[in-house]
Amino acid sequence: MKPSHQGLHEPEQPESVEILRVVPVRHPGRWIVTALILVGCAMLVHSLVVNPRFQWPVVRQYFVSHSILLGLLRTLELTVIAMSVGIVLGVALAMMRVSPNPIMARASWCYVWFFRGTPLLIQLIGWNFISAIYPRISFGIPFGPSFVGGSANHVITTFVAAILGLGLNEGAYMAEIVRAGLISVDRGQLDAALALGLTRRKAMIGVVLPQALRVIIPPTGNETIGMLKLSSLVSVIALPELLYSAQVIYSRTFQTIPLLIVAGLWYIIVSTILSAGQFYIERHFGRGVAPMAGRPGIGKGMLAGIKQLALPHRKTTA
Amino acid sequence: MTPDTPMVSIQNVHKRFGLLHVLRGVTIHVDQGAVVCLIGPSGSGKSTLLRCINHLEKIDAGQLYVDGELVGYERRGDRLHELKEREVARRRSEVGMVFQHFNLFPHMTVLENVTFAPTRVRGEKEGPVRERATDLLERTGLAAKADSYPGQLSGGQQQRVAIVRALAMRPKLMLFDEPTSALDPELVGDVLDVMRGLAADGMTMVVVTHELGFAREVADRIAFMDGGLIVETGHPSALLSNPREDRTKVFLSRIL
Repeated sequence: MKPSHQGLHEPEQPESVEILRVVPVRHPGRWIVTALILVGCAMLVHSLVVNPRFQWPVVRQYFVSHSILLGLLRTLELTVIAMSVGIVLGVALAMMRVSPNPIMARASWCYVWFFRGTPLLIQLIGWNFISAIYPRISFGIPFGPSFVGGSANHVITTFVAAILGLGLNEGAYMAEIVRAGLISVDRGQLDAALALGLTRRKAMIGVVLPQALRVIIPPTGNETIGMLKLSSLVSVIALPELLYSAQVIYSRTFQTIPLLIVAGLWYIIVSTILSAGQFYIERHFGRGVAPMAGRPGIGKGMLAGIKQLALPHRKTTA
Repeated sequence: MTPDTPMVSIQNVHKRFGLLHVLRGVTIHVDQGAVVCLIGPSGSGKSTLLRCINHLEKIDAGQLYVDGELVGYERRGDRLHELKEREVARRRSEVGMVFQHFNLFPHMTVLENVTFAPTRVRGEKEGPVRERATDLLERTGLAAKADSYPGQLSGGQQQRVAIVRALAMRPKLMLFDEPTSALDPELVGDVLDVMRGLAADGMTMVVVTHELGFAREVADRIAFMDGGLIVETGHPSALLSNPREDRTKVFLSRIL
C-alpha cells in the first residue's frame, strides 16, 4: 500500500480488534412464496400425470412419427428462409430509410407502411391466390416483349407463397428493428469514419452496422422465435408444416388434444434451442462493451438464487 | 503546389443551420507547418468552422481551400460543382480529425481502430500498416494497449489512440476539436504532450481549445472567434496579454 499524503494517516491496526461476523438480513417472505410456488407446481404436475384426457400414450406415439417430423422440418425450413429474407430486406430497407436520398427513404417508408399495415393472414392468402389476379407472371419491358415468364400457378407454389408472405412481411418489421439499431449508434461514429476518408456506404457497413447489431440482435432473436410460431399460419393455405401435419392427423383420429400437445412440445423445444443460440450470438456482438452482470435466466442465475435462498451464509463466508 | 500556398485558406465563409447563421464571413489562412489555435465562447462557430474544413459540414457561401484544392467542390468556369462522394472521401482521407469525445470504434481493438482506415480506404497491405500502427502506439506510450478495447482505456489513453488513428493515414493537416475538454484534469497533460510532439515535428494543426496555456506555448497564431466571426488573430503572447478588441478582453477576463 502506498503511503498516504496530505496529512491523512493510515489508521493503525491494534492487535486486539475483534473480528465481527456479518449476518445477512433474513427474508421469511421469500420462503413463503417459494413454498407456494412449489405447491402450485406439484398440483400442476399431478394433474398432468393423473388426468387421462391428456392421452400421453398417444402423444408418445405421434411425437416422432414420420408426418410430424416432416412437418417440423418444413416449419424449420420456413422459419430459416423467411427470416433470412426478412433480415436481408430489413437491412436494405433500413439503410434506404436513413440514406440522404429522399426517393429511397420514401420508398422504404411506403414498403413498411403497406406490409406492416395489412394482416399477415391476408398477405398469405393473397400470395396463394395471386394467379387469380395475375394468371401469367413474366419479366420483360413494360408494354414490350417479355424475356422469361410462366403460369403463376407454376411459379408461385404454395411454398413460394408462404415464403413470400412470411418473408416480405418480416422484412417490414426487421426494417424498423434495424433502423432502431442504426439510430442508436452515436452520430460521432459516422463523423469519425467519414473523417478518416470512408465513403458513407463503407462507414455504414464497416462502423455503424456492427455497433447497431448489439441493439438489433435481441429483438431479432425475438422475431425468429415469433416466426417459428407465426409460420403455423401457413396451415391456412394447406402447407403441411408442423401444425398442419398435426391437424391432418387429428381430423382423422379425433385425438385433438394430444396432437396439439405434440406440436406445442416441438415448438417449445425449438424455441428453447433458438434462445440458447441467441445468448451466444449476443455475447459475441457485445465485444468491447461491459457485459451485463448477473443476467437472470432459468439456468445458472436461478440455481444461484435458490442456493442463496437456501444457504444465506454461503456468500459472506466464501 | 508552391511552398507558399497556405495549407488552409478560408475566405469569407458562411454557414447557416436553418435560421441560425453560424459562420458570418470567416476569413483565415493557415500556413504549412503552422499551428493555429481557435479560441472563443461556446456557440461562436469554432467547431463548425473546423468541421467545414474537411467537409463534414457544407459551406453556404465563400471559398475554402485545403492545400490549394477547393473543399467539397470543383470550379468549372464560374460555377462550383459539388464533388462526387468518392472524391470528397479521398480528400478527407488526407486530413486527420480528432474529436472531443474521441469517437473510437468501440467494437474494434486499439490496433484495429488504427489499421482500419489505411487498409479499408487506401487498400494498403495489412503487414506494413500494422507495423506503422504499432510504432505510432509505442511512441505515444500505448504499445501495451494494442489489443485492448477502447472501453477498457482511460479517457486520456482513448484520445491518444484517436490521434494515432488519424496519424496512421499520414495526414497533411490535423484538426483537433476540443481534444481535452472531455478529459479529467490529470489526463489532459498526456494528450497535450502528444500534440506538442506533433507540432514540433512540423505538422500543420488547427486546434479548437480552451487550454490557453497550451495555445500560448505551442500555437504560432491564435484566432479569437465570437458570433460567427474571427474577431482578432495574433501571436499568442500578444493576443493573450494585450488583446486589441473589447470582446477578446471580456472573454479572456472571464476564463483566466
